[in-house]
Amino acid sequence: METITQPSKPASAKKIKSRRFWKTAVQQRYLYLMSLPFVIWVFVFSYIPIWGWTMAFQKYRPNKTFFEQEWVGFQYFQELLSDDRFYMVLRNTLAMSFLGLLVGFTVPILFAVLINELKGRFFKRSLQTISYLPHFVSWVVVAGIVYKMLSTESGGVNDLLMWLGLIDEPIQFMAKGSWFWGIVTVSDLWKEMGWNSIIFLAAITGIDPEQFEAAKVDGAGRWRQIWHITLPGIRSVIIVLLILSIGNLISIGFEKQMLLSNPIVIDYAEVLDLYALNYGIGLNRFSFGTAVGIFNSFVSIILLFTANGIFKRYSKESVM
Amino acid sequence: MAKLSASYGRQTLGDRVFDIGNVIFMTLVLIATLYPFLNVLAVSFNDSADTVRGGITIWPREFTLENYKVIFSYGTLVTAFQISVLRTIVGTILSLTACSMVAYTLSRRDFQGRKFISVFLVLTLYVSGGLIPGFLLMKNLGLMNSFWVYVLPGMVNAFYIFMIRSFMDNLPYALQESAKLDGANDFTIFWRVILPLCKPVLATIALFVAVGQWNAWFDTYLYNGSNSSLTTLQFELMKILQSTTSGADQARGSNIVEQMRSVSPDSVKMAITIVTIVPILLVYPFLQRYFVQGMTLGAVKS
Repeated sequence: METITQPSKPASAKKIKSRRFWKTAVQQRYLYLMSLPFVIWVFVFSYIPIWGWTMAFQKYRPNKTFFEQEWVGFQYFQELLSDDRFYMVLRNTLAMSFLGLLVGFTVPILFAVLINELKGRFFKRSLQTISYLPHFVSWVVVAGIVYKMLSTESGGVNDLLMWLGLIDEPIQFMAKGSWFWGIVTVSDLWKEMGWNSIIFLAAITGIDPEQFEAAKVDGAGRWRQIWHITLPGIRSVIIVLLILSIGNLISIGFEKQMLLSNPIVIDYAEVLDLYALNYGIGLNRFSFGTAVGIFNSFVSIILLFTANGIFKRYSKESVM
Repeated sequence: MAKLSASYGRQTLGDRVFDIGNVIFMTLVLIATLYPFLNVLAVSFNDSADTVRGGITIWPREFTLENYKVIFSYGTLVTAFQISVLRTIVGTILSLTACSMVAYTLSRRDFQGRKFISVFLVLTLYVSGGLIPGFLLMKNLGLMNSFWVYVLPGMVNAFYIFMIRSFMDNLPYALQESAKLDGANDFTIFWRVILPLCKPVLATIALFVAVGQWNAWFDTYLYNGSNSSLTTLQFELMKILQSTTSGADQARGSNIVEQMRSVSPDSVKMAITIVTIVPILLVYPFLQRYFVQGMTLGAVKS
């Protein structure tokens, strides 16, 4: 008897629960109608491409179905690791990432701190408005501007350097590989410095003004106020953003590299995404291109966890 | 007030040097930001034969509208401009509608699907399939050579949904309850009660989407590059820039510059650049506070 009644009890409870679920579901039909279509949308445009990762382990042929593809294991990853060009591309990616992090992260902090120290309200406001502006301009336009400014024929930078007497003849900035990393980094700084300072500026305004007053009474100068109050006051914001930027280190994007490069400097300009693009779509080697993409994500995750681990150990901040 | 002036009175020499140095530094930053724009503007309004002689800084030497006349008489560019405007409008409306609807359902604590949908969306912020699987998907969905590839793939965006949701979470729940007692259904509550209150956050997101749409060029390059009736302004500008930079690859090159022999490529480039920037400049001053608000809000929440 017991063996029969025992399982029937949870079953009926389950039934009641499921009936109640469907009843609420009918009541909430509008909410379902407003969300489910878009969930399917996300499934199609965000989840199906992840399923596409299987391509990296297959010899993908576009006109065959998934089950007809030939499985090749890690062949494409082996090919990738034995390609000399891959190491050059990896070097470029890491070099531009680290330069970008070093400059693109510290300068906005400095900029925010200095804006905060400005006295004139009007000047401060205008400066902020203007410094955010380049963020909204596309990379295509910025690349055009960079080309114009660095041009050997009446480019702004060369003209200025000539006028100052620092150089005798215009420098061919865009034709030397050794300049490329610097040009990308500075262009990025020009475009994003103001915008990236917004968060730090918001954090600084959150610091209790009495702390500054107290420091002034104690005779602290401006530099000491910055060092002992402003910077420690935004410490946690800095650390959280730093960890997130390290996680994004390798996925620096490819827009600026693609738009600013030319065949002369390509050995310094090609980054992982461009490499995937050139092989994957340019040469129709879809599987190989996907393998590059997976490698990219893999390195990102490792970097994120490493950075997070280090910070967790030496300070109390972490993002996870 | 007295306290403030007292502390100013005690300003040391070091402090004054700091202030002066700071103002000088910031002025240099201003110049470095503005000069390139002004230079492009000046060249675009300057006679192209005269520009070649060099030396144009921030003021045209021989003022002319010829450069603009030339680019606007070229059909492809006019079409591209129209497509850019169209994708910005359609993309923004679709994205706002979709994201705010999903956000509302997630803000409803009693909604059964809330947890599942939240997790489902959060994951998309951290993992993405990458370039090539995405490309093949568009191809298989038949979105190559179509206008819809500009607006459909990015329509539902998890980040924007969470931003709108966190705004909705702060609205008083009593509003919804009274509407419900009046017999309104969930969609009516969303449309009549909640949405009008969300104007600030919707404005922020509309701007993010619109600027993103207007500035996009890579999707054109990837999916519609060979279809001249669907290219965008940014893409055409990119083609022109690439075709005249030192030995850019010819596959990407364009023949627009060839057909515009009457003016020098530099002038054409600068005029198109201005046409691409102006719409952003027009909306920018009015909406700046929304951008900043949204940026800070998003940062605090994430």
